[in-house]
Amino acid sequence: MDENKKVKFLSLGLVRGIVFQVIGSLAGMGFVMLIRLLMGLPAWNAEPVWVGGTFVGVFTFLIGVGAFSDWFKWAKGEETSDHIEADPSQPKWAKYYNISYDHKVIGIQYGVTSIILLGMAGTFAMIFRTELAAAKLQFLDLGLFNSLIGLHGIVMIAAILLGIGAMSNYLVPLMIGASDMAFPRLNAFAYWLNAPSALLVVISLFLGGFDTGWTAYPPLSARAPLGMQMFFLGVYVIGLSSILGSLNIIVTVIRMRAPGMNYFRMPIFVWASVATSIISLTATQLIALSFQMVMFQRLFGMGFFDPANGGNVVLFQHLFWFYSHPAVYVFILPGLGMISELLPVFSRKPLFGYKWIAVSSMAIALVGFFVWAHHMFTAGMEEYLRVPFMYSTMLVAVPTGVKFFSWVGTLWRGKITFPTPMLFTLGAVSVFLLGGLTGPPNATVATDLHLHDTYWIVGHFHATMFGGFMFPFFAAFYYWYPKITGRMYSEKLGKLHFWLMFPAFYVQSLWQMYIGLLGMRRRIGDYDPALNFDNSHLVITIAGFTIFVSVLIFIYNLIKSAKQGEVAESNPWNSRSPEWQLPTPIPEHNYTDHPFKVTGEPYDYGLEGSTYITMSDK
Amino acid sequence: MKHFIRVAILVIILTVLIGFGLDKVGYMPELASVQGEAIDELFTKHIWVISFLFSLIIGFMLYSFVVFRQKPGENKDGDHFEGHTGLEIVWTIVPLAIVMYFSFLGATALAETRRADPNAYNITVVGSQWSWRFDYDDYEFSSSELRLPVDRQALLMMTSTDVIHSFWVPEFRVKQDALPGEGMERELRVTPTELGNYKVRCAEMCGTEHAYMLADVIVMEVSDFEEWVEEQQGGPSGDAAERGEVWSQQFGCQACHSTDGSERIGPTWLDLYQSTETLIDGTTVVVDDDYLYESIVDPQATIVEGYENVLMPPTGESMTEEQILDVVEYIESLSEHE
Repeated sequence: MDENKKVKFLSLGLVRGIVFQVIGSLAGMGFVMLIRLLMGLPAWNAEPVWVGGTFVGVFTFLIGVGAFSDWFKWAKGEETSDHIEADPSQPKWAKYYNISYDHKVIGIQYGVTSIILLGMAGTFAMIFRTELAAAKLQFLDLGLFNSLIGLHGIVMIAAILLGIGAMSNYLVPLMIGASDMAFPRLNAFAYWLNAPSALLVVISLFLGGFDTGWTAYPPLSARAPLGMQMFFLGVYVIGLSSILGSLNIIVTVIRMRAPGMNYFRMPIFVWASVATSIISLTATQLIALSFQMVMFQRLFGMGFFDPANGGNVVLFQHLFWFYSHPAVYVFILPGLGMISELLPVFSRKPLFGYKWIAVSSMAIALVGFFVWAHHMFTAGMEEYLRVPFMYSTMLVAVPTGVKFFSWVGTLWRGKITFPTPMLFTLGAVSVFLLGGLTGPPNATVATDLHLHDTYWIVGHFHATMFGGFMFPFFAAFYYWYPKITGRMYSEKLGKLHFWLMFPAFYVQSLWQMYIGLLGMRRRIGDYDPALNFDNSHLVITIAGFTIFVSVLIFIYNLIKSAKQGEVAESNPWNSRSPEWQLPTPIPEHNYTDHPFKVTGEPYDYGLEGSTYITMSDK
Repeated sequence: MKHFIRVAILVIILTVLIGFGLDKVGYMPELASVQGEAIDELFTKHIWVISFLFSLIIGFMLYSFVVFRQKPGENKDGDHFEGHTGLEIVWTIVPLAIVMYFSFLGATALAETRRADPNAYNITVVGSQWSWRFDYDDYEFSSSELRLPVDRQALLMMTSTDVIHSFWVPEFRVKQDALPGEGMERELRVTPTELGNYKVRCAEMCGTEHAYMLADVIVMEVSDFEEWVEEQQGGPSGDAAERGEVWSQQFGCQACHSTDGSERIGPTWLDLYQSTETLIDGTTVVVDDDYLYESIVDPQATIVEGYENVLMPPTGESMTEEQILDVVEYIESLSEHE
């Protein structure tokens, strides 16, 4: 076994990267101070020094981890190998802490990082949920409470983006029959961007935090503590990762499909992945821009959103939501694709209306670009914008409805089984249904005047996020677990996870909506005892903790089963998808030794003699 | 066919249970404005459509789980059918028609909330971190509580002196952000229908004490309101300290400075006058009239130890000379040294 191999700590890319980041940040700070001296300013001014220094630190991290190594070599005219061979003196797990070009390794890196951030953001939530269990302030002060809600939001968003990176990096090349992603180096680079930027976001807590929530509206964010800048910088870099990652997915799908795999024969998840990537590739720039403008306003006194300097505070919200609304479709589309992917397998039936589902993902992505201002119905934007944005927003319900009806059509007259991945898939349908249906009341302007910025909204979007991402993400983990590890997860613990999380989530979400309608505002650390919300908040807190515990069970299950689980068959779900036809573990270069041709439809379960792919072993 | 009939019955039962269940629980707070009526009516329609569509999908799913599950020992695939274009077109067109209809209802209801009464009287609502002030422009006085006569439309002009706030009285339903900046005033119309006490609750994250940014709303009989207006117009009392107390509420001083010794963001005013404070440069200062005056007009001139990270806004800029002196007088009255 690996245990007797000793690991040199510094030989791990992650450790090297962090050391480089610390040194680079300090050097960067020194550099900024030098410039300030040359300009005749006092050397120390916390804000520019920290921002400049840590920005440099992000790139030194990437140098330390080795993300630039091959490009440096190319610049010097040296040849590089297309695959980094694992260092034989190191144990096998070490490759996950180093730079790797294998999309499967990167997928797992994304997945594990996502779960770590998920745990962190969940812990933030548990802290402030405990505070909220009763009226009055118990153990948090308002400043810390405000920072924690903002961090909960943004770390969750990072976790979700990474979770999507995990699913699409691991699955898309396998599903379309590619041996890797189109740009393996860019893929590794995009992943490793997340590590230093996640550190920046978390550091903000120790630099005064920020009291704006994750939406960071100026002028409040223009006067928030230094932590705000670290938040901006962190999100800025994560955004870059998102843009590069989605570019890679799109090119991979266009260029690297197996023979015979035309667009309407791809597994449906690939469609969702492409739709998501189109949004990330084209909209992320806008949130980066809006954050950069506030950063520059703070650093250089540019008055973009400063009323005293002729700035307009509403402009920020337009720029911000132009990404941040489509972003929620980035979060949910892969999850909805996952539902469409798994339902046929466990219903033993073709996916009902494949083309309609595929096109509906694209339709959601497209319409998603024309609805951003529905976040601003009460914000004081030009009044004539409210009604057109209501109409466009309501349109989103149509392609979403097509998905729901088609899923029901897929279940109808099937032979349904209920192992853990299917439970999570069905849970996802039901929770996303709750989230989706509570959307239109927010879209019709008049009702939104009451609902905006209340716990109704909190309940609504947590339902869309859990139904559109969390439940499908867990389903995917359980479903591909045997292919990734070669062992079966514990079915008992998996079901326990589901039966704790599913009811607890309904309780949490419905109660949030209920007190929201009655007058509970978002983002407050203390609420008026006269409103009698104490018991409701206690119920929400207990439900929240139940969800938290169920996720701990999931993590325990993943770790324990990797060592002690039953050895799995190579295709335990009897799936038609190409990756399940490969031996376990999947060979390093996927299909290089197992090329295949597409000879039929992907989901023809129940049609005798049909094949999806014909694999010829070399 | 029998499957569909059974599911249809299941869906109807679920819809009725959920719809009437929600109606019975009651999900909205008391309604106290004309504008809220249109909103509640539309929301009730939404709830019924939600109840039906939720039941429709869940009904089909639950039925499938029971009837179409794989029986023990069975190892067959389901029926083979790949889709149905007619159905897909139906469930594209019908929802499209429904959402367009609801958008139309939404626009109509929005128009209801915006219906203008030419006789509406004007109040300017000023949000500041973390208090509200209400300027009764027609009568030329200000108040830290919002008093409204019943059944008369008030035209509220929202503005802010610092960051974005949002005016929301849950019983009135309508909500509008208050924006800082010239030319950024935004209007909201409210016609209260029920006598009673309510609260304005700031609904837009506005910094540390956002949770506590509340103000009293009192809906009164027209005659009582007129009496109150007259009282206010009579001008503030002849006693400077009493006037100072009123100003300190209206200009939001008390959002950060307590008058009973409790801890808030800024120093408490109780026993502040004539006390000795240590400044951040190490020197000490005795709090006297001049020091208090300077602290209101130019808050950053001297900073007391322990308050390095607190940035007091230049409140003095929006007050008159007399008002500032009144507030100083009021602070003096809160101290035993005289």
